[in-house]
Amino acid sequence: MENERLTFTDRMIKGKWIGKLLLIAIALLAIWGIGNKAVHNPQLFIQQIINGLQLGFVYALIALGYTMVYGIVRLINFAHGDVFMVGAMVSYFAVGSFHLHQWPAAVFPGLPMFVSLLIGTLSVILLSMATCALLAVTIERIAYKPLRNAPRISALITAIGVSFFLEYFGALPFVFTPNFITYKRPYDIITWYLKDGFHRLEAGKAPPQGSILISNNLLIIILVTVILLLSLTYIVQKTKVGKAMRASAYDKPTSRLMGINVDGIISITFAIGAALAGAAGVLYATAYPQVFFWMGIIPGLKAFIAAVLGGIGSIPGAFVGALIMGQAEVLAAGYISTPMRDAIAFSILILVLLIRPTGIFGEPEREKA
Amino acid sequence: MKIQRGTLLFWFVFLGFIVLVQVLVGAGILSNFWATLLKIGAVMSIVSLGLNLIYGFNGQFSLGQWGFYAIGAYTAADITYRWTQLHNASGLVVILLVVLLVGIAFFLVAKVVARLRGLDALSAFTLYLIGLLIAALIAVYAGKSLIAPITNILNSLPPAIAIQIVFFLAVLLGGCIAAEISYIFGLPVLTLGSDYFGIATLGFTIIVKVLLDNSDTLLGFTEMKGARGMVGIPKLTSWIWVAFFLVVVIIVTRNLLHSSHGRAMVSVREDEIAAKAMGINVAQQKTITFVLGSFFAGLAGALYAHVNGFLHPNTFNFIKSFDPMIIIVFGGLGSVSGTVVAAFTWALVLEGLLRIVLPQGFETWRFVVYPLLLLIMMLLRPQGLFGTFEFPYLRQILPPPFQPRETAHPVHTTEDTLETGA
Repeated sequence: MENERLTFTDRMIKGKWIGKLLLIAIALLAIWGIGNKAVHNPQLFIQQIINGLQLGFVYALIALGYTMVYGIVRLINFAHGDVFMVGAMVSYFAVGSFHLHQWPAAVFPGLPMFVSLLIGTLSVILLSMATCALLAVTIERIAYKPLRNAPRISALITAIGVSFFLEYFGALPFVFTPNFITYKRPYDIITWYLKDGFHRLEAGKAPPQGSILISNNLLIIILVTVILLLSLTYIVQKTKVGKAMRASAYDKPTSRLMGINVDGIISITFAIGAALAGAAGVLYATAYPQVFFWMGIIPGLKAFIAAVLGGIGSIPGAFVGALIMGQAEVLAAGYISTPMRDAIAFSILILVLLIRPTGIFGEPEREKA
Repeated sequence: MKIQRGTLLFWFVFLGFIVLVQVLVGAGILSNFWATLLKIGAVMSIVSLGLNLIYGFNGQFSLGQWGFYAIGAYTAADITYRWTQLHNASGLVVILLVVLLVGIAFFLVAKVVARLRGLDALSAFTLYLIGLLIAALIAVYAGKSLIAPITNILNSLPPAIAIQIVFFLAVLLGGCIAAEISYIFGLPVLTLGSDYFGIATLGFTIIVKVLLDNSDTLLGFTEMKGARGMVGIPKLTSWIWVAFFLVVVIIVTRNLLHSSHGRAMVSVREDEIAAKAMGINVAQQKTITFVLGSFFAGLAGALYAHVNGFLHPNTFNFIKSFDPMIIIVFGGLGSVSGTVVAAFTWALVLEGLLRIVLPQGFETWRFVVYPLLLLIMMLLRPQGLFGTFEFPYLRQILPPPFQPRETAHPVHTTEDTLETGA
């Protein structure tokens, strides 16, 4: 009976229709803008999606570190992007100066080329991961641990300080130098094009009109990300450490009562997150071969946004958010306006937060001790 | 009327400081470099005082302060640029009209929204946005016919006075534009939880920076020159102007904090639910604080634009947006005196002292030393330099607490019966 007396305005208010109309208008505008051009040139559209996938997978690896650390200590770890930079730098020096990727070929000359390169590349990634994990644990012990009971803002300012320190210490001439460095990949790029079947692109030749390009880089990025993601899921869901991690994220004092070494678990979380960032650094540098001392800021920020978009604290959320972010960035750059792509990415974030205040997969906020 | 000793002391010290700097600069003892640094310090004090209102006193973790600072800077710079370089008051007239009409539009929309009870934030935002767009369009078209007469009026004044009037209005309008934008942006965003609010406002800062990067192509303000940086802004910010605005901002902040509004503000920071239970309109309190803080940011930006006469979008990079946050944490959250002292210290030490102290060839170490200082500071004194200490004039003197003459039944306070949570 109550419903029938509702006037038109009441329905508008109850259904939040005015706001919804605004969102629908924005969505239609975006779909019209992108769809129009996508229909005209479907190959380019698919190519953009593939590029976005490559970017999204790298963002996913960085975003996981943000989301795990936030989930357990409620700290926006601004230094994470710089840990990512250190990972890329370490791999650059390992490949460029020490030829680490060639060790299997040097030690076992009989191995086939492909296998030795694969092992070499994997060892470069592992070295970066280990270095970053060590760095993150050091940072955590020196800078964050003494502030565990201080106001959260102090820890945040400390994180910003650590971030500045890593950047500008890296910019010193005898560390990483303040220059742009061209990255040397441990393997050669092989590109395939998709037009009337699957062909390998000969070096130095232009691909035919209207073909879709896929490089081995993309495959490596997807492969490494999926492996790392699966092992992370295994660690978090199946092992004792993962269980302790989830418990500490949920309630620290009670976990301590249950005999969990919360400080140790926090260090492990930092280490795992940083290891993923280190791997992401290597992959990012192979995909966009230029490394410099503040390369971590923008990807770090984007990955952080991705983590928030997916619901910070949630691991599948970070992955989904990163994929959305990659697509949004590439499509915005390709179809709407290249210089505006960062603004568009952030507009999406703000809109999503307005609809779902804790992100796509986020649980409702609750006060924590 | 009895003037308290603290008040006298405050005015004596503050005016003394202003006059001393002015005399030293005039006598040539203080070089231009240090004079500029002092101006930057005052500008940073204003912007940080705004942020301290929002975060330190109201508990809203905002990283958007730098975006409003940028808006104020570019608005004011555009007005004075048009006056000195293009010799007309087009910027002044149009922006004045925009501020007035948008203000009226917001007022009218607020009346409508108040009638539609239970309207959600996003819908209200849409209505405000429509009002804003209509008002801005009307202002731009109506402003065209008013440009010539107002230019003539200003031209009839002596040029030295006219330019100061334009500058003063430009600074105020810079603040007003920032305040109006913060009002409409704050409507939906202030409903978010603390960290999410911070991230959304960080997004705002980045969006503003990207728009400024493309101000000549996308927005159509060719004089702003986009990513090449805006040049030709008159250097009008004198030490007297900047000190005047700083004093006004300090007094406004102080009086606000000592009023019932200020106490409501602080109660929202302490516990939102309890504040609501005490009959405080939490949403309104948050909006007022956010708008006022952004107004200060706009003022500061407008003053900054006329210090060096050059603006570049990179100045408004999101990394720099942590500077006011660092300053207020460094000075002590919720301390006006701490913020002012920290802002001056920050400007003088980071730009001045570190450049002088570091030996030749070690200039690049400046930003290695700075985070280390920050880290040591945070580890040794996480509550900031001043904590919540205030200088006498700024310190709130509360009336003595009400003491009932006799208590028939001893009243248990909540602390006695309830275990306080960690």
